[in-house]
Parts: sequence; C-alpha cells; structure tokens
Amino acid sequence: MTKTNERKLTIARAMAEAVAQEMWIDPKVFVMGEDIGPLGGVYGNTRGLIEEFGPERIRDTPISETAFIGAAVGAAQDGMRPVVELMFVDFFGVCFDAIYNLMAKNTYFSGGSFKVPMVLMTSTGGGYSDAGQHSQCVYGTFAHLPGMKVVAPSNAYDAKGLMTAAMRDDSPVVYMYHKGLQGMGWLGTEAGATVHVPEESYTVEIGKAKVVREGTDVTIVSLGMGVHNALKAAATLEGQGVSAEVVDLVSLVPLDRDTIRASVAKTGRLIVVDEDYMSYGVSGEIIASVTEHNISVLKAAPRRVAFPDVPIPFARVMEQYCLPNPDKIVAAWDQIAAA
Amino acid sequence: MAPTRDEQLWMYRNMVTSRRFEETIAKIYFEGKTPVFNMANGPIPGEMHLSDGQEPVAVGVCAHLAPEDVVTATHRPHHQAIAKGVDLNRMAAEIFGKATGLSGGRGGHMHIFDADVNFACSGIIAQGMGPAVGAALSRKMQGKPGVAVAFVGEGAVNQGGWHEAMNLAAVWNLPFVCVIEDNGWGISVAKKTASAVASNADRAAAYGIPGKRIEGNDPYAIYEAAGEAIARARAGEGPSLLEVETYRLAGHFMGDAEAYRPEGEKDALFAKDPIPKMRTRLLDEGVATEADLAAIESESDERVAAAIDFARTSADPVPQDALTRVFAA
Repeated sequence: MTKTNERKLTIARAMAEAVAQEMWIDPKVFVMGEDIGPLGGVYGNTRGLIEEFGPERIRDTPISETAFIGAAVGAAQDGMRPVVELMFVDFFGVCFDAIYNLMAKNTYFSGGSFKVPMVLMTSTGGGYSDAGQHSQCVYGTFAHLPGMKVVAPSNAYDAKGLMTAAMRDDSPVVYMYHKGLQGMGWLGTEAGATVHVPEESYTVEIGKAKVVREGTDVTIVSLGMGVHNALKAAATLEGQGVSAEVVDLVSLVPLDRDTIRASVAKTGRLIVVDEDYMSYGVSGEIIASVTEHNISVLKAAPRRVAFPDVPIPFARVMEQYCLPNPDKIVAAWDQIAAA
Repeated sequence: MAPTRDEQLWMYRNMVTSRRFEETIAKIYFEGKTPVFNMANGPIPGEMHLSDGQEPVAVGVCAHLAPEDVVTATHRPHHQAIAKGVDLNRMAAEIFGKATGLSGGRGGHMHIFDADVNFACSGIIAQGMGPAVGAALSRKMQGKPGVAVAFVGEGAVNQGGWHEAMNLAAVWNLPFVCVIEDNGWGISVAKKTASAVASNADRAAAYGIPGKRIEGNDPYAIYEAAGEAIARARAGEGPSLLEVETYRLAGHFMGDAEAYRPEGEKDALFAKDPIPKMRTRLLDEGVATEADLAAIESESDERVAAAIDFARTSADPVPQDALTRVFAA
C-alpha cells in the first residue's frame, strides 16, 4: 500500500538530514571526521552538509582518530556538541583510549560536573568482502564498556530520529550504522532500510526497543542488518505455519530488557541474531536478560545466530558461510521445534 | 616580560602551598601502610604521585591563566591543580575518596575535575592532549576567550596521541600550548634512554610551530616563556610547545624505592630545590621581606591544614552511589 505523501529516504540521507536540521537550530553542533567534507562521508551520511554549513562546522580531519576523537571530548566538555565520525568501527583500535577512557568516563570521573555531549558515528558490518579490518560490528565491545549510550538503527526512520536524539543527549552516544543498510548501491543495499521519513525533525527514544513484527510462537531479537534477516526468516516461517515476533533492539545501551522479556513471555521461545562475534557479546546478554529474570517462560533452549568466533574472512564464500542469514534463522527455529 | 611583585608572590604562595600539601599527603599516605606496605590501606589508598620539585612549571604557566582558560594535567596533578585554582578542600576530599570530593570519590587523585576553573586531569600518558586541543577548537569556533594548556611529562612525547594532537592544533591554528614537564624520568626509565632527541622543543619543527626549552627549573624563566606562548595563543597566532627542565624530588609514586636513580642525584636535586631558591631571590631582590614570606608560608600551612581537616572529617560516600553519574543527569 502506498502512503500518501510518502517520502522514502536512505539511512545515509536520513542521517544527513537530521544533522542539518539540528545544525540550523543549534550552533554548537558541528561535524568532524575523515572525508566528511566535500566527499560527503564515505557512506553518504554527511552529503551536502559542507555546501550548507561550510568547512568550519563540517570539518575534515587528518587521518588521526586519537587526536580528533580526543578533541571532540574536549570540545564537548567545553560546551560544543560534536558529531564525530569513525569511518569504520574497526579503526577503534587506534583510538579506543579517547573513546572508552575519556569520552565514556569523564562524566563519571567528574561526578557529573563535566558533560560529554557528543555523537560518535561509525560504520559497521560486512558482507561485501572487505575482509577482517573493515567488516566488523563489535557491538558488544562498545556496549560492554560503561558510560556510552549505543544505538544501531535498522531503517531510515529510526536513523533520523536516533541521530536527532543522540545530538540532543547530554551523554556520549555511539551511533553504529550498518554499511549494508546505508543505501549506497555499491554496498549491496538492503531495500527494507529505505523507508518513509518525515521531513520535520523528530526523535526516536534511545533505550527503547521496537516490536517490528508481531507473532506468537517465537521471538527473534536482533539489531541493524539482523532485523532484516529476521523479518525475511519470519516471512518464511509464516509459510510453514509458524508465527514469529521480531524485536528490533534499536538501542544496546540502555538495553530495553522489558520489551524483550515481554515478547519472550508471550512466545516462550527465543532466537537472537547478531552479526557481531558469538561469544561474550550481545547475543549472550539478550539471553541472560531473559533467563536470569524468569527462566520458566522458556519452552525451549534459546538459540543464537551470530558470527562465529573467527576474524572475518575475505573470500566471498567463506564470509557468507559465517554471516547470519534468514536460512540460518529458520534452521535455528527447526532446532527449537525439534527439541 | 618579568613577573610583577604580585605575580612573584602569587607564584611563591602557590609553590609553597603545593609543597606543603604534598608533604602532608605523603605523611598521611603512610598511615595504615606501615610496617607492611599495602597500597589499599590507610586513609588515602591507591597510587599517589607527588609533584615535589615541579612546582615552578605549574606556577610559571598558570600565572598567565584565568579560570576561563582550560588546563589538562597528568597523573601527577596536584601542583597544577593548585596553581589553576582548583578548590583545595574538595580536591583533598577527592584524594581521600570522600563524598565531599570534587567527584564524590569516583575519581581519586589521578582524576581531579573542577569545572569552575576548567581543570581536568587523567591517568594515562599524553591523554590530556586531545581534550585540550578540542577545548581550544571550541573556543576558536565559538569566538569565546580562553586558551587551552596541556601539561604532559617528557615521556608523553613518545606517545602517538601526543603527535596527533600537536599536528591537529597546528593544522587548525588553535589557541593551545603544550607544556612538557621534563623531570628526566618516565617512572624508572631515563629520558635519554627513551627519547631520540635531547630537547623536545626541537619537535616543534615537525608541526611548524615555535618550540622552546627552559633550563634550570626556574619559575621566572618559565613565567617569561609561558607568557609569550600564551599571549601568542590568545592573539590567534596558534599553538606553541614548551619543554621545561624540572626536578622530581619524590619517587614516581609513593613507595617507589628509586633504586634506578644514580647515586647522589637526589641530593643534587634537593640542593637545587626551587622553593628555597625563590625565597632567597625574593629577599635578595627586595621583593618581599622575611615577614612577608613567613606570612605567606603560615597562610599556606593553614590552608593546607584546613583542606586536610575538611577531607578527614568528611563522610565516606554512600557505597551504592557508585552506581550513579555514569551518564549526565
């Protein structure tokens, strides 16, 4: 059904629109990062901003993540609201001190007298054979360390609203967008991420998950690209007479455990889909959130579909073998059903 | 430009306050830690890095700074905090881990934050560089007055983050000054063992900015060089690099046996203690009388005693408050 006044945007366009709208009303917001100026961001999420706001507020940086993320912390503490791009999340290895020891901790260390209102936006995800230093998600790594809010939109509507919410938040927000959802054709875009986006500015609450498909037999919890895989699997399962509910986490920190628990209490079965590594990560946390709260709601052992604990391989067949996909989710249901 | 009389007395007062503070902390630190040294015991648990001997750097630079100016300091921050005007009572309470501390006990001595005077420090080498450069960027973008100064040790210049931040400050022409406190030692590793150049001021050439080394741990010379660098930053002429020779009269941390020091080094350093040296100069040059200086000294003692008393008599934090202030309120 076509909506009237439908205005479909890609996540990239939605992010840029959110930033532009906030920059119009808040002179303290500015953007810095690598290739975010005239290039418009490698993933298109700052396209058009430099033409509108100029190089002072849309600030290309040297390839120097430790310096400019550390500088964002200092600027945020001094009253600015920087939006900083870490081009690939994999690059956190060169600058994590600025992220988790400064950005994430200074509010606490100062007893709340210093605020660090900044957004660290960073691309995640693979599936396009970019190998193991340009394809990771590391959601769990960021969500594990206290002091940072962590969000991961699965569609353009949430992308815009989360970005606006993140820029208005007085705490640091790590905004993890999946390359395969950006709407950049060359990255094999997932069509489901390009949805209607209202023109006016709005926020999507950080810390609130969404039930994006209702069902009664099994809950599939995921985030980012995994939500689309879950929806595809749910469609397949529907053909087999299985009613799957899909929960889009939207936010990892804070984590909306209530929505997850309520859904699993209803369905009694749980599959978690995560493109991050399997062990010690998001998938384990989601399952623990259910089981330590009330294990009796589960009618079967929960299942995980996540990236195996190996570096991300280059060869297409190897990477695709490792990545979550709808077939693996359906197979996870089959295991639950057989149990 | 030479310091005025008031500035000289301000510098002396802050040097003395800092030294008396450190001496008092040192004494209290060992309460509960003898005969067996256990870092977790006593009213001041944890690591303790004292700044005895390094006071000239703090006062020579901070004499040019107002509360609106931003300072980031290191794991050895007390002298700089005092010279920047950090609330001494609440700083002492933070060092004791009390509820009345600047951060309610969440930070401790390596994480002193005072928003009122734009002071912050952190425990990892070269870590303050990025935030100071960012504060300088913020001032420039907002057209607000104020410069940012990052104090680091001479060991910090071998961290990648130090170079990155220097480059960023230079390429964006920011109101930023990096002050290297060269006390000759990175914990136990001597500067010449760790750094490829003798004077880190030479490194300024790599960023196309002025660099200057100041020898002798002399508050007057530091005052003069810092004055030029800070004036340059205020005038929008960009960042500068200063390296100051200073002396670490204490160990790296309390409990450090300092076996790595060459024989006689510490005696030689104490012979050059900058505080008696400045005292003599103030008297010799007729800047102050014995009575003036005695008054400053007793006022410093009283201020330190009051801060320590405030810290000791303050309540411990409520344990479950550990779970608060993770995010902005």
